[in-house]
Amino acid sequence: MYRETQIIKETSPGIVGETGEFTINVGPQHPATHGVLHLVITLSGETIMKVEPHLGYIHRSIEKMCESLTYRQFIYVTSRMDYLSSHINNHACALCVEKGMQIEVPERAKVIRVLMDELTRIASHELWWGAMAMDLGAFTPFFHAFRERESINEIMEETCGARLTMNYNVPGGVMQDLHPDFQRKVKEFLKLYKSKIHEYDELVTGNIIFQNRMKGVGILSAKDAISYGCSGPTARGSAVSSDIRKVYPYGIYDKLEFDEVLETGCDSFARYMVRIREMQQSIRIIEQLIDNIPEGDFQAKTKAVLKLPKGEFYTKVETARGELGVYIVSEGGTTPYRIKFRSPGFSNLSVLDHIARGSKIGDLVAMMGTLDLVIPDIDR
Amino acid sequence: MSKELLKFRITEMLPSASFDESGEWLNVEVTAAEWPTLAGALCKDSHLALDYMFCLTCIDWKTHLTMVYHLHSTSFRHNIVVKVKLDRAKPEVVSVCKCWRTAEFHEREVYEMFGVNFLNHPDLRLLILPDGWEGKNPLRKDFEDPINMIRL
Repeated sequence: MYRETQIIKETSPGIVGETGEFTINVGPQHPATHGVLHLVITLSGETIMKVEPHLGYIHRSIEKMCESLTYRQFIYVTSRMDYLSSHINNHACALCVEKGMQIEVPERAKVIRVLMDELTRIASHELWWGAMAMDLGAFTPFFHAFRERESINEIMEETCGARLTMNYNVPGGVMQDLHPDFQRKVKEFLKLYKSKIHEYDELVTGNIIFQNRMKGVGILSAKDAISYGCSGPTARGSAVSSDIRKVYPYGIYDKLEFDEVLETGCDSFARYMVRIREMQQSIRIIEQLIDNIPEGDFQAKTKAVLKLPKGEFYTKVETARGELGVYIVSEGGTTPYRIKFRSPGFSNLSVLDHIARGSKIGDLVAMMGTLDLVIPDIDR
Repeated sequence: MSKELLKFRITEMLPSASFDESGEWLNVEVTAAEWPTLAGALCKDSHLALDYMFCLTCIDWKTHLTMVYHLHSTSFRHNIVVKVKLDRAKPEVVSVCKCWRTAEFHEREVYEMFGVNFLNHPDLRLLILPDGWEGKNPLRKDFEDPINMIRL
C-alpha cells in the first residue's frame, strides 16, 4: 500500500510561501537516508528551519507480533529490527528471558556471545564508515570497509549459518557450538584488520576536506544529548558516559579490559571518532577472549516450554547504535503480555531536528551519517 | 542512591505516592492528576538528578491503561519506574516533554498506538501510522485487522 501521497502533495518542492520559506522532501527513497526514511525539511534559502521526520514506511509492528509468539520464537523477529547488530538484539532478548526464568548461562556461551557481539559491532561500524564516507562523496572507502566486513560475515556464516540475521542466541546459551575453524578465522581477521587499519585514517580521518565538512557541524551539547535520550556513540561524542557495557555490565563484560570511548568535541567529527576508536576497543576485547574460550556446554538445559513468572523484566545492552532496552510484561503464560523495544535509533533520530536547525542543507547528510540511523530499528 | 532513600525523597515531594519495591527498580505509582507535579519535581531535584528518560511506554490491561516511565540518573546511576493509571475510555495525561525532550517522540508513538491523549504536547500527530488511522489503536488488546494480520 503506497501512502503519504497527501504529505508529498502538500510539501511539493519549490513552493515558496509568504515568508520566503519552502519545504523539500528527502526520501522516502533517497540514497542518503539508507532506507525508507522520509524527512520534510523547511528551508529559508539554504538554511534549515525545521526537519520533520515521517516514519512508518517499514513498520512491521514487531511489538504486537511478539505478543503472540513464545519466548523461544520472538527472538528471531528481533533480528529484523536493527539488522546490522542482529546478534546483539538477540542477546538482549535472551538475557531478558534468562533474567525472568533465572537460567544460569554456561561460561562458554557467555564468552561466545561476547565474541560475536564484538565482531558484530565491528561489522556494523565498518558499514557505517563506508556508507557515511559515500554520503559525503568519497566512494572508495566503501570498498575498503566491505573488504574487512566480508571476512566477519564469513566467520558468522560458518558458525551461525547466516551472514546478517544470525539468530544464534537462544534462551540459555547459543544454538550450536563454534565451528572448528572459528579461532583460526578470527585470528586471520585480526591480522588482516590490523594491517589495514591505517588506511582508514589515511583515506578519510586525516583528509582535510572531510574534516572541514565534519568539524563544528551538528553541535549537540551533553545536556541536550541526555534530555533527548541519546545513547551509544551519539551521546559519547558529547562526552556523556553511557556505555551499558560499563554502566550495567552484562555477560562477561565486567571481567574484560576495555575503555569507554568518550570524545568532547560534541560535533559530527567527535561522533565519527568515537566509532573509529570503538572498533579498536572491540579488537582489544576479541584478542583477550579468542585464546581463552572455556570448555564446557554451549547451552544450559532448559525446559521445552518456557514460562516467565508474572512480573516485569527489563534488560538493556549496548548495540552498535546505543542502548537497546527490552521490556517484557508477563502474566505467567508462554507468550509475553506486552513487550516493548526501546530502540536506540528512535531516540537518536528525535535529536536530528534540534541539531540541524540553523545549519545549511548540505551539512544535513553529515549529521544524519554520524547519527548512524538504521530505519528498521527506528520503525520496528 | 538506595531504594529507601529514593522512596524517602519522593515521599517528601508527593506524600500520596505509593511504592512497590518487589522489582529490580523502585516502582512509584501516582494518579494522572498528581503526575505533572511529581514530574516537574523529579527533573529539577538535584539530589535525584533523574535527567535521562530511557523508556516511555503504555500497557493495555483491558480494564485500564498504565503509562510506564523509566527514569535514570546519569550522575548517580539510579533508576526509578513511574506508573500512571489511566481510564481506558478516555485516557488523558499531561505531557512531560518539557522535563525530558525525548518524551515528545515517545508520546507521539503512544498516542497513535494506544490512543492516549497527551495534554500540552507541542505536536501531537501520527508519527508511524499512515493518515486516517486516528481512532484505531493497534497495540490495544482488542485491535484486529483482518487484512494486515499482525497476530501470527
